[in-house]
Amino acid sequence: MSYTISLTVNGDRRDVTFEDARVTLLDLLRERLALPGTKKGCDRGQCGACTVLVDGRRINSCLTLAVTLDGADVTTIEGLARGDVLHPVQASFVEHDGFQCGYCTPGQIMSAVGLIAEGDVGTDPERIREGMSGNLCRCAAYHGITEAVLDAARRMTDDKTRKSA
Amino acid sequence: MNLFDYLRPASVSDAIAAWQPGAAYLGGGTNLVDLMKTGALQPGKVIDIARLPGLDRIESLPDGGTRIGALVKNSVLAGDPDFAAAFPMIAEALASGASGQLRNAATLGGNLMQRTRCVYFQDPHSACNRRESGNGCGALGGDTQNHAVLGWNDACIATNPSDLCVPLAALDAVVETQGPNGRRDIAFADFHRLPGDTPERETALEPGELILAVRLSSNAAASYQNSRYLKLRERTSFAFALVSAAAALQLKDGRITEARLAIGGVAAKPWRVPAAEALMLGQPPDTDLFRRAAAVALEDATPSGNNGYKIDLARRIAARSLALAAAGTPTRMPALPASVFGESAHV
Repeated sequence: MSYTISLTVNGDRRDVTFEDARVTLLDLLRERLALPGTKKGCDRGQCGACTVLVDGRRINSCLTLAVTLDGADVTTIEGLARGDVLHPVQASFVEHDGFQCGYCTPGQIMSAVGLIAEGDVGTDPERIREGMSGNLCRCAAYHGITEAVLDAARRMTDDKTRKSA
Repeated sequence: MNLFDYLRPASVSDAIAAWQPGAAYLGGGTNLVDLMKTGALQPGKVIDIARLPGLDRIESLPDGGTRIGALVKNSVLAGDPDFAAAFPMIAEALASGASGQLRNAATLGGNLMQRTRCVYFQDPHSACNRRESGNGCGALGGDTQNHAVLGWNDACIATNPSDLCVPLAALDAVVETQGPNGRRDIAFADFHRLPGDTPERETALEPGELILAVRLSSNAAASYQNSRYLKLRERTSFAFALVSAAAALQLKDGRITEARLAIGGVAAKPWRVPAAEALMLGQPPDTDLFRRAAAVALEDATPSGNNGYKIDLARRIAARSLALAAAGTPTRMPALPASVFGESAHV
């Protein structure tokens, strides 16, 4: 039995046919849509390396069957920057050394983008650490990660205030 | 992962009609897809219920109660300001569970149906009476640190991993279902089963029966000013409870007029002991009283292996949750929800 879905990935409409339904969103992105920025770590929802946004909310792409996503809007790390202009969270990770080896970084950044959009953490470092606990970093760059998310959250709040003023 | 047929029916009745032995309903997928990857579960048919209409609402009922649709996401429920104000310990339990990513995917119904985190259940090469009746129990005499101290027998010593279910048990929630034989209500106390002679039957659901919603009565919201969920885990965040407790009190003129206490992580279902609640009635809230209530709640506890530590921990977390409930629900969700560390964790 084959299944056909159509979804939007980083603004582009993609039509995909699966021969069987076992393909996860993570494998769809990496193996079939040539978007290897999203990383496979544990493949069990425990490390967060595979975090992407689906309809604006952060989820683990390794635990999401792609066939369930007909009509969904997916954003991956490749879809954040506007040309050469980095997303504020990306820029902040660079400025604050929010990584060492970099393998967990796409997931960290997508998770931070989702977390800031959820709007619950403000600029409280304790709430940011708690909100980012679904993303593990084996290099333990947590200090820089928290600083990066904090700074990005501040900048994005300021931008919003300026725009609404 | 085994091969399976996938279908997405348009209605609850179509979903139930599509069910057959060996089929699985798919909600958020956070537990089912994981267990399909390990091979612990191998459904031949996956019925995607995630988009069934009408099951993603939080409703106020004419009798003052609240009805939560089975497909409401954990993060949506915990973040609903009216719901969190009325049922703060449910919101705190939800916020303390899993990670931000998982809470965005996991559903209410799926939370009730999630499987034990016993590693012998998750590993298809280990013996497990839950996976397959008569298969034996690999956990007995094995690595038992996370296993039950109440309600277990030699057939199964697994615990229910849910945070959400602990306050739902304390608040006498009702589970609304629909199955091949129609609709019915199941009292929360009857929903999860102790292993008994049928450890493979974890819930009261009949084959093909689907959860539609969970209802809470107006009385369940009456303790909103004095309720708390606390959870001990091996790391500060993103870990299952070793033990947890949900405590809710109603106080009048300095005395307890209603007490609710449920303990998590200790059995195959949230553990509630009416005698422990009854002994607090009419008494002024007091640390010593809460210690006595906690002792009664754990009276029947026996280690199922190398887990006697849980009995002490559960007593302490139960007494502490009662004391924190008496001190008052925090005005804002703590930065570390349900944690014994950080602000709002001491009395």
